[in-house]
Amino acid sequence: MITLNRDRLLIHKDQDVVILRNRVKEYATKIGMGLVNQTKLITGTSELVRNMLRYAQGGEVLIEVVSRGRENGIRLTFSDRGPGIADLDKAMQDGFSTGRSLGLGLPGTKRLMSEFSIKSAPGEGTTVTVIKWKNG
Amino acid sequence: MDRIPILKMGQFLLVTIQIDLYDRIALNLETDLVQMIHKTGARGVLIDISAVSIVDSFMGRILGNIATMSKILDAETVVVGMQPAVAITLVELGLPLNGVFTALNVERGMNLLQSRLASNPDEEEDEDDNPE
Amino acid sequence: MKASTIKMLQSKKEQIIELWMENQMEDPTLREDLMSNEDLRVQSIELIDTLLHTLNEGNSTQVESQDFEPVFEILAGISLSRARQGYTPRETATFIFSLKDAIFSVLGENISDLSLLNQELLEVSKLIDSLGIVTFETFIQGREEVILRQTDEIAEISTPIIRVWDGIIALPIIGTLDSARTQIVMENLLVEIVNSESSIAILDISGVPAVDSLVAQHLIKTVSATRLMGAECIISGIRPEIAQTIVHLGIDLSSIITKATLASALRQAFTMLQLEVTKVRKDKKV
Repeated sequence: MITLNRDRLLIHKDQDVVILRNRVKEYATKIGMGLVNQTKLITGTSELVRNMLRYAQGGEVLIEVVSRGRENGIRLTFSDRGPGIADLDKAMQDGFSTGRSLGLGLPGTKRLMSEFSIKSAPGEGTTVTVIKWKNG
Repeated sequence: MDRIPILKMGQFLLVTIQIDLYDRIALNLETDLVQMIHKTGARGVLIDISAVSIVDSFMGRILGNIATMSKILDAETVVVGMQPAVAITLVELGLPLNGVFTALNVERGMNLLQSRLASNPDEEEDEDDNPE
Repeated sequence: MKASTIKMLQSKKEQIIELWMENQMEDPTLREDLMSNEDLRVQSIELIDTLLHTLNEGNSTQVESQDFEPVFEILAGISLSRARQGYTPRETATFIFSLKDAIFSVLGENISDLSLLNQELLEVSKLIDSLGIVTFETFIQGREEVILRQTDEIAEISTPIIRVWDGIIALPIIGTLDSARTQIVMENLLVEIVNSESSIAILDISGVPAVDSLVAQHLIKTVSATRLMGAECIISGIRPEIAQTIVHLGIDLSSIITKATLASALRQAFTMLQLEVTKVRKDKKV
């Protein structure tokens, strides 16, 4: 996989979400991603960034334009220094939440993305990496 | 301003969301709408989201909350004008917004509200209590 | 490869070409019907020229390096033109591999140090192997492009949307409904609902060969998305054997309006829109 372009954004407050969403949309439009896939990507972004704000009071998002073979896509890496997730398997189940949400954030986001990986340990923060391919 | 205007149209309230929502605005909208329903005794709420390009699980939950809360206050909620891409994404996300009425556009939404009011004779008596 | 070896090969270029041509002529699979020997010679010389010109001491073991770009370009060109002429991939690869014999015998004649000879043979062998692989890859790539283009075309043509009445659209699905297809169907359907301001969509699955739990899930998703838009979706064209499978698999379609035929779906749609179809009575007296 080749990275063609990268950009970094710090997330501290609610309104940063709007800036991030617009930035992601810009990149997705640039590689010619269709409207439905763009919407899925941005909705997933919104979910992940909310988790970051809620559980870790913010963090950093890396936006990359990546290319593999004939496919182009957007890779996003969300990293925070929050409390981390104790039971990842459980967090990935529909309807599970430690906060007062619907518990659709992580599993729902995974369904919206082409690729999804999460690394987390209690006390060490959480890193979520997602890829949305242009035609995926 | 972090607030979305709510318009009163007869016995209905109309909200047109024309900015990109973030959580604070959505929460304010929930509070404002419930207050407004209480104050005006509105019988229906129309939320036009045709200009909204994304609805994630939080905003979906707010829409569901508004519908349930207004139901308790005896008002029906109709979400109108959802974009196709938004609908597909919500379904994929696992949030089909069960219990929320939907319509293609404001006009259809208004018809839906009116026919729901008309089909419920008990509630028509209430209407007589509150002439326009 | 040693610089001296490469120099030697470059000086013996004519000999290599002659040997290679001889080998090819002797090969029983030579396709004189597809390409004249003159053209074959031109092609062979062009390839050897570029290859020997590209080779140097540093890059001979690194076929991935940028240096080999021109060689690969020629190979790709050869592979494509041969595929069009009707050569099999095996024949094209054999053409490349037969170059080995020619180079091997030149190396054998001119290098007396056995261990050096051994090493150079090995390297040349690897190099030509990768060249052969390039012809295969180009061939496959060409095929893949054709397949991709056809997939796109199938996706485009297989989802026509029909306006059957004011406010009612129908979409016959033909073929298997996988997730990529569902996405296209859903998108087209929803966009058309907005454009035509239709409140009822009929999804006819008479042309879907089988409904398993995955296909059912796709159907349910499509119906849910339609409802989110404020329209209703009716699934029609359910054949008896499909109804059987659905029940045997324990799939719950109770949240969806299903009809056996498009006609009954249309009738249902009329009822929902409070429309009525009546027969015109001809007055016999007039």
